[in-house]
Amino acid sequence: MQIKILRSETNTHQLYTLPAGEIPLLNALSYIKETQDATLTFSAGCRASVCGTCAVRVNGREELACAYKVKSGDIIEPLQYHPVLRDLKVDKHKAKETLLTSTAWLHSTQEASLTPSDERLSETQTDCILCDSCYSACPVYAVNPDFLGPFALTRAYRYSADKREGDMKNIIDNIQSNGVWDCTLCGECTAVCPKGIDPKMDITMLRGLSVQEGYNDPSFATQSFGTPDFGGGGFGFDPNAGF
Amino acid sequence: MIDVLIIGSGGAGLTAALAAKNAGASVTVAGKAYPTNSQTSMAQGGMNAALGNVGEDHVSSHIADTIKSAHGLCDEEMVQQMCEDAPGTIAWLERLGVPFSRLDNEKSGTQTIAQRQMGGASAKRACYAQDYTGLKILHTLYDTCLKEKIHFLDEYYLLNLITEEGTVKGATFLDIRTGKVKQINAKSVIMATGGYGALYHGFTTNAYGSTGDGIAAVLRAGGAVSDMEFIQFHPTALKHSCILVSESARGEGGYLVNEKGERFVDELKPRDEVARAIFSQIKEGQRVFLDVRHLGEAKLMELLPQEVELCKLHEHVDPATELIPIKPVAHYSMGGIDVDTALEVNGIKGCFAVGECSNAKVHGANRLGGNSLLEITTFGKVAGENAYKYAVSVSSKAADDTQQQKDAGEIEALLSQKETANFYPYREKLGNLFYDKVGIVRENDQLNEALNEITMMQETKKEMGISDKSPTNNQNLIDFLEFQNALLLAPTIISAAIARDESRGAHYKVGFEHEDEALKKHRVLQWKKEETCK
Repeated sequence: MQIKILRSETNTHQLYTLPAGEIPLLNALSYIKETQDATLTFSAGCRASVCGTCAVRVNGREELACAYKVKSGDIIEPLQYHPVLRDLKVDKHKAKETLLTSTAWLHSTQEASLTPSDERLSETQTDCILCDSCYSACPVYAVNPDFLGPFALTRAYRYSADKREGDMKNIIDNIQSNGVWDCTLCGECTAVCPKGIDPKMDITMLRGLSVQEGYNDPSFATQSFGTPDFGGGGFGFDPNAGF
Repeated sequence: MIDVLIIGSGGAGLTAALAAKNAGASVTVAGKAYPTNSQTSMAQGGMNAALGNVGEDHVSSHIADTIKSAHGLCDEEMVQQMCEDAPGTIAWLERLGVPFSRLDNEKSGTQTIAQRQMGGASAKRACYAQDYTGLKILHTLYDTCLKEKIHFLDEYYLLNLITEEGTVKGATFLDIRTGKVKQINAKSVIMATGGYGALYHGFTTNAYGSTGDGIAAVLRAGGAVSDMEFIQFHPTALKHSCILVSESARGEGGYLVNEKGERFVDELKPRDEVARAIFSQIKEGQRVFLDVRHLGEAKLMELLPQEVELCKLHEHVDPATELIPIKPVAHYSMGGIDVDTALEVNGIKGCFAVGECSNAKVHGANRLGGNSLLEITTFGKVAGENAYKYAVSVSSKAADDTQQQKDAGEIEALLSQKETANFYPYREKLGNLFYDKVGIVRENDQLNEALNEITMMQETKKEMGISDKSPTNNQNLIDFLEFQNALLLAPTIISAAIARDESRGAHYKVGFEHEDEALKKHRVLQWKKEETCK
């Protein structure tokens, strides 16, 4: 079985041969590093899909290396829109910045009566492991590197939906600029999330909360009503365009 | 100079950072990965606190259960402090927004938090968030650290502590990205670097990075370690991948069966007993399975969603309809950096240790499920506050750069040295050796063989090195430094196990199957100085 891995030093795809059989990609990468090429660099942690360290792209789609089973001919590349530090290892510090800007935490805690149905309001959102897959899949980053991004907005939604938050408007205020309205609702984030989170829906919910707090879609005023606009800024169909 | 340097950015480090910052300290957290990558993310089952929301429970029962499981090797006052603080710690986490699983009881606050039963507990006591308890606590702590503007240095690999006359002055790190050796001066240091389960490479539930780096650094700096022989084997890891299946699977009513379909142990006994029962079945040639089929798909998805997914992915079984093949593997290290009741390291003034790397003597010979998340959050706070109290009382004269120069020289030597032996096969060999000879059931001849093999491996180490010569982002180098730390800790574990001619908790030795009152003591080890106390 052969796979190709993008090496940063040469910017070429290097071919590696693996033994046949079912093997998680992370084990394959370790096998290569331990027996064939110690310079191949990647990040890994828990092996159990919960630490978020090992996300990469396989054939152009984001996967956790520890959960993906290798197939012959696979092409392995680092996450997109992240500075590549070496081979498959990328710089994920942007996550901290977007989380900070989103102020995704409890601002003013109040005691609340919480039930199992309240728990379910954010159960999936709090499964987020910050693997950055959604960030890598998000086409908005191709044009706007300052976009807060799917995981930061999912996290902002998590806290804004929490009954213990006594000052939800604070969070909503902080996700207006380069935030909820800049998403194209293309759903790429939702498609690649290894934990089954739906950031697109969370962003939609945040738009609803924003409207309740008196905000409007800032792009609405500048939209063309004369001709159909399927570009949405050049990345997919914008359901708000033209209406 | 900063007041408090925290090394390690898992649950213990983040809690300590929040506590120190809240007390008024200037704080830096340095970790070898990103904060949310830590081992804490893997804790599944829950966090103990005698809230009594589900049934009757008392702090005194929590204390009694913990002491019983410790088999005489805990400090009862530390246990008392941890268990008494538990409800308050849950209330603190609740205020931060941890999404605990809930009861439908029309009450408010922490009174609505659900609890489940774990092995060795006399009541439903573990607060949980489905089977993602550690993950959700860790990420909520991280969010709060961002809110509190905690300063993080990520991808900083700890090399050595800097000490002067037995007092800590800071630490040296390899900045993994640049390859530069950096020195951080601090008035006090908190070690929160995690356990050493990854020595059992290939036979552990732990992440790759749980190599005991902080414990090794403390030993090198003249500090003491204790109870190193006590390594907990988790009864139920997936057979082929060693991925953890939480104890909550049994707590929720899962059975253990052999291939004849017979149950052979009370599943809610403490982990050491259940692990040994499984091990003896395997020795008899039986395959062992976890059976949760009777719980039904809906309940499994509600209570154990992560397990269901991991079983399908790694074992190709659907727990709703099929048996889960399991085996016991190394999971948690009870021993570690020897600390006093203030969590200050024995032998290094101004240095504190908390979490799995430390031996605060609350787990003794066997840790109860649900007490590790509790330890990191209750004692993380204690460590943060005590480190700051210490910091305000000491001088701020910085250490010179002797240690930094020395470490930079060693890294340079490693990068330029010719590699004649690849160390990765030795890392695997170390894992096999430990599982076979320093495992669930021990025997003196085998322990001695293991010690000899480690000595030989340390000799061979001189020929080992790294073949990746890049100064920047060199994971090959980090893997080797971790392996060196593992080799440094290995003899402390084995020699402590050889010296303990008895069976107690997780340490079980053939020929010495009972507890020996005369050995009811901690084994404290220091570099070039071995002694026992208490």
